[in-house]
Amino acid sequence: MGFDEGPVLRGVTFQVQQRETLILLGETGTGKTLTLKMAAGLLTPNGGSVIVLGNEVSEMKERELLAFRHKIGFVFQEGALFDSMSVADNVAYRLRENHVPQEEIDQRVREVLQFVELEHTLEQFPSELSGGMRRRVSIARALINHPPIVLYDSPTAGLDPITSQTIITLILRLRDVYGVTALLATHRLQDGFALANFHFDPQAKRVVPNAHNGIAAGANSARTRFLVYRDGGIYFEGEPGEIANSEDPYLKRFLV
Amino acid sequence: MADTPLQVTGRQAKQEEAASVAEVLGDAAKRAVAAVQDYAFLSGQALANIFTSPHYVQDTLEQMDFIGAGSLPIILLSGFFIGAVMVLQTGSQFIRFGQTSLTGDVVAIALVRELGPAFTGLLVTGRCATGIASELGSMLVTEQVDAMRAMGTDPGRKLVAPRLLAALLMLPLLTAIMDFIGLLGGCAASVFSLRLSAVEFWRRAIDALDFADLMQGFTKPVVFGFIIATIGCYKGLTVRGGTQGVGRATTSAAVVGSVLIIVADAFLTKLSLYLSNKIF
Repeated sequence: MGFDEGPVLRGVTFQVQQRETLILLGETGTGKTLTLKMAAGLLTPNGGSVIVLGNEVSEMKERELLAFRHKIGFVFQEGALFDSMSVADNVAYRLRENHVPQEEIDQRVREVLQFVELEHTLEQFPSELSGGMRRRVSIARALINHPPIVLYDSPTAGLDPITSQTIITLILRLRDVYGVTALLATHRLQDGFALANFHFDPQAKRVVPNAHNGIAAGANSARTRFLVYRDGGIYFEGEPGEIANSEDPYLKRFLV
Repeated sequence: MADTPLQVTGRQAKQEEAASVAEVLGDAAKRAVAAVQDYAFLSGQALANIFTSPHYVQDTLEQMDFIGAGSLPIILLSGFFIGAVMVLQTGSQFIRFGQTSLTGDVVAIALVRELGPAFTGLLVTGRCATGIASELGSMLVTEQVDAMRAMGTDPGRKLVAPRLLAALLMLPLLTAIMDFIGLLGGCAASVFSLRLSAVEFWRRAIDALDFADLMQGFTKPVVFGFIIATIGCYKGLTVRGGTQGVGRATTSAAVVGSVLIIVADAFLTKLSLYLSNKIF
């Protein structure tokens, strides 16, 4: 993925490698959501280019974009679940649109809801769920057709620390089980560190700390990098280690 | 160094003020033109979507239920009394000439040509254009519309087209019901207040109508349905500024929708009268 220039954002250029998680860190209003929406083609940059999976998203027409977005999972800040539909219908939405047979829909909905540990909420409506549960349903909805790229817009915003941790664990598992490439916007540095320093162990079926910072055991060599936005531009780009040991006063404010 | 910024700000402030009057006017004009353009684009797109696949049949049926069946109570109730009031008002004038039997003619023509379509349009605007605007507006501010787009669904197809199709189909039907109930109300009023016979009223009412009246009376609601659905959708999908914006959009959908219907009504009346002279 690559970016160049934007209205609120200026001169933003970055790439995300396969199976990498790029953490977009920044205060509110620095253009994190904007970046994600540009990556999904929901917004078009005034200049520059956005290339996702070999498609020049910034040049595509809405009709092409609709087809292209099947390869992208987008987790919105407040979940953005369709409140007139039940949880099962929300999660099944994409499959229904693609006219997948009902049996397969049922099976896959159950599977992803099991993944986010919410299979008991099938018939409930989004308004009956807690904030954390809504986020999890939203993640389930995003991964129903196993997209290679998932964009998370502040998945932990407004949640208590424990719930935030479950969400991050979920994102971790998603990365290590399905091998998704991710762009994650957040204002919490610890979200990024959690993703950098832990991995999901399929044998033990739980999340375990990495042996060495940034490098997980065996096949799980998923990298995590940071991009810090400030005043409409990139302020810092680098590895988790660099940000943790940084002497920069602005970056240190995130560490507190 | 300390003086320079002060000078600069002073000059900048002046320049801004001088430019701002022209700029504000210019911006407002640009915004207005852009809004009309957006509205025309949305309406055109929605019309095109009606005639091309994929269709959302389930959504269309739901909207038909909301716009059609849901509006029935207010149509029935107000239709009856509109007809009754028409008879009372015209009857009180006809009494002076001893021609009360003419009320049937007048009420039928007024209802079918004008009052039925116009009142149906205005009532449904008040109920459905606002409903559509607030529903779509809420979906927009909670990012549900974006979520839809992010999952590869065109909101124009999923949200706008079903509402437009439902309104286009339902408004003529509601108007027909309004006309009938209005005549029923008129009949009741003329029987109880003017002491006319019900048979006499109906015979005169039906004789008074010809094909041109029906054409006029049923072309109008199609146009009104178009206005109701597209204004509601446009206002809903262009909400700015959170929940307060949804409130504003709802209000303005009702206002703009009603005004447009009344304006369109005048032009349609002129057009139909011209056409009926030419053709029939």
